[in-house]
Amino acid sequence: MTAPLLEVSGLEAWYGQTKALHGVSFTLKAGGITTILGANGAGKTTTLRAISRMVRTAGIVRFQGRSLDGLATEDVVRLGIAHAPEGRGTFVHLTVEENLRVGCWGRGSKDGIEEDFERVYGYFPVLRERRTQLAGTLSGGEQQMLAVARALMLRPRLLLLDEPSLGLAPLVVREIFRILRTANRESGVSILLVEQNAALALDLADHVFLLETGRVVLEGPSEVLRRDDSIRRSYLGY
Amino acid sequence: MEIFIQQVVAGLATGSIYAALALALVMIYEATDVVNFAQGEMAMFATYVCWTLLNAGMPYWAAFFATLAIAFAGGIVIERVVIRPVENAPILTIVIVTIGLLVIFNSLAGWIYSYVQKPFPSPFPKEPIRIGGIVFGAHALGQIAVTLVVLLCIWLFFRFTPLGLAMRAAAQNPVSSRLAGIRVGWMLALGWGLAAMFGAVAGIMVAPVLFLDPNMMGGVQIYAFAAATLGGFTSPLGAVVGGLIVGVVENLVGTYVKFIGTELKLTVALAIIIGVLLVKPSGLFGRAVVRRV
Repeated sequence: MTAPLLEVSGLEAWYGQTKALHGVSFTLKAGGITTILGANGAGKTTTLRAISRMVRTAGIVRFQGRSLDGLATEDVVRLGIAHAPEGRGTFVHLTVEENLRVGCWGRGSKDGIEEDFERVYGYFPVLRERRTQLAGTLSGGEQQMLAVARALMLRPRLLLLDEPSLGLAPLVVREIFRILRTANRESGVSILLVEQNAALALDLADHVFLLETGRVVLEGPSEVLRRDDSIRRSYLGY
Repeated sequence: MEIFIQQVVAGLATGSIYAALALALVMIYEATDVVNFAQGEMAMFATYVCWTLLNAGMPYWAAFFATLAIAFAGGIVIERVVIRPVENAPILTIVIVTIGLLVIFNSLAGWIYSYVQKPFPSPFPKEPIRIGGIVFGAHALGQIAVTLVVLLCIWLFFRFTPLGLAMRAAAQNPVSSRLAGIRVGWMLALGWGLAAMFGAVAGIMVAPVLFLDPNMMGGVQIYAFAAATLGGFTSPLGAVVGGLIVGVVENLVGTYVKFIGTELKLTVALAIIIGVLLVKPSGLFGRAVVRRV
């Protein structure tokens, strides 16, 4: 039995004096797509930030059996955990192509960068068209595509995605989610997705965690939880 | 007409010095939102280092490049040791720290080397160069060339190397850069190193003209402020263009407006700073900063 891809146990996090996570525990198997559902303020974004060491944390996070304790954000990224943050994190004064090159910085190996450019341009042809344009001139949907593409340029083992649907037209969101499914299938990258749009997230993910006030209160395969009454009423609205 | 062209070229020569120092100011400002008031004094100190190496018998260009290397390392050390501990402090605190550095470098230079002016060699020929009927100082032309080469190198570095790209990314969006695996703290330190290096170039090139003493860069720094303000504190290109414009304007005003002459020339810098801030605070090439409040 190999170690799980990511093992989170008793994870706590603080913003200043305010505690935002109260002992979150879960494990991710390699190769899957997992989503964290929850209301505003439940701690979804904070969970991702705690994994990337962007907030003060306590508890255990192991990636491929290795503890992330004491590592800086840069070091976590270099282990192969890409994080497309809330708000997309675009480098607005760099061109689209430069944004993607920045995404390569933390790669373990510099081999295959050109292939990866072809791959993400294949996923998002609009980025190829706009590769010499300043990223700040892109639309919101294009910037979200860029955020996903930049994260994929790391050639990560695990991709953390924070609300990729936020503020985007349904058609664009569906396109991005389709690409995520493809990337997961083609390169085997595992995905941990935080999403407000529960219906979409349940369609994409094969496993679900439900977070309430900083704790995991429910988990299971998405086809099971989709039929759960409390989930249906609270998050799917029917 | 000859006088006019000569004065313009002389202005470009001093302007290239302002450009180099202004570029150093802009680099640190872009990355950290801090105006480094010690930039000029760091340049002056680097020039003394060069003077020491030359006096020890080192050939000119060897001493020049050795000084750049020392200035680069020194800039990194200053960032790591002095600036880093106050990195997250309010801007005003960091500004005060840089003013402290200014005083320290000035006094240190006076203490080690005394306040007596020292002649400083120029690597360029003494004889003026004649083109048509117009006479140019060889040092002035050399100074312009050296600054342009330095600017070209730095532009190529930022534009075409992965490290240059990482430094630009770190300056723009530190959070996102960390998430790409960039060690943002070290990128800032490298920025200080490069800035110190530009300063050293400015100091070494201006020393043969002004003579070397601990207060040599005081006036130059004020012109560099004017240059950076004119070009826009957020634009490296603006800093360079601003530097050249300030140099030329300063020279022409000093030549043609009799009551200003050499005595009141520094006032021109102040007038430029105030004028730009009144008319176009973001400068010629700068971005207007919009903040949501």
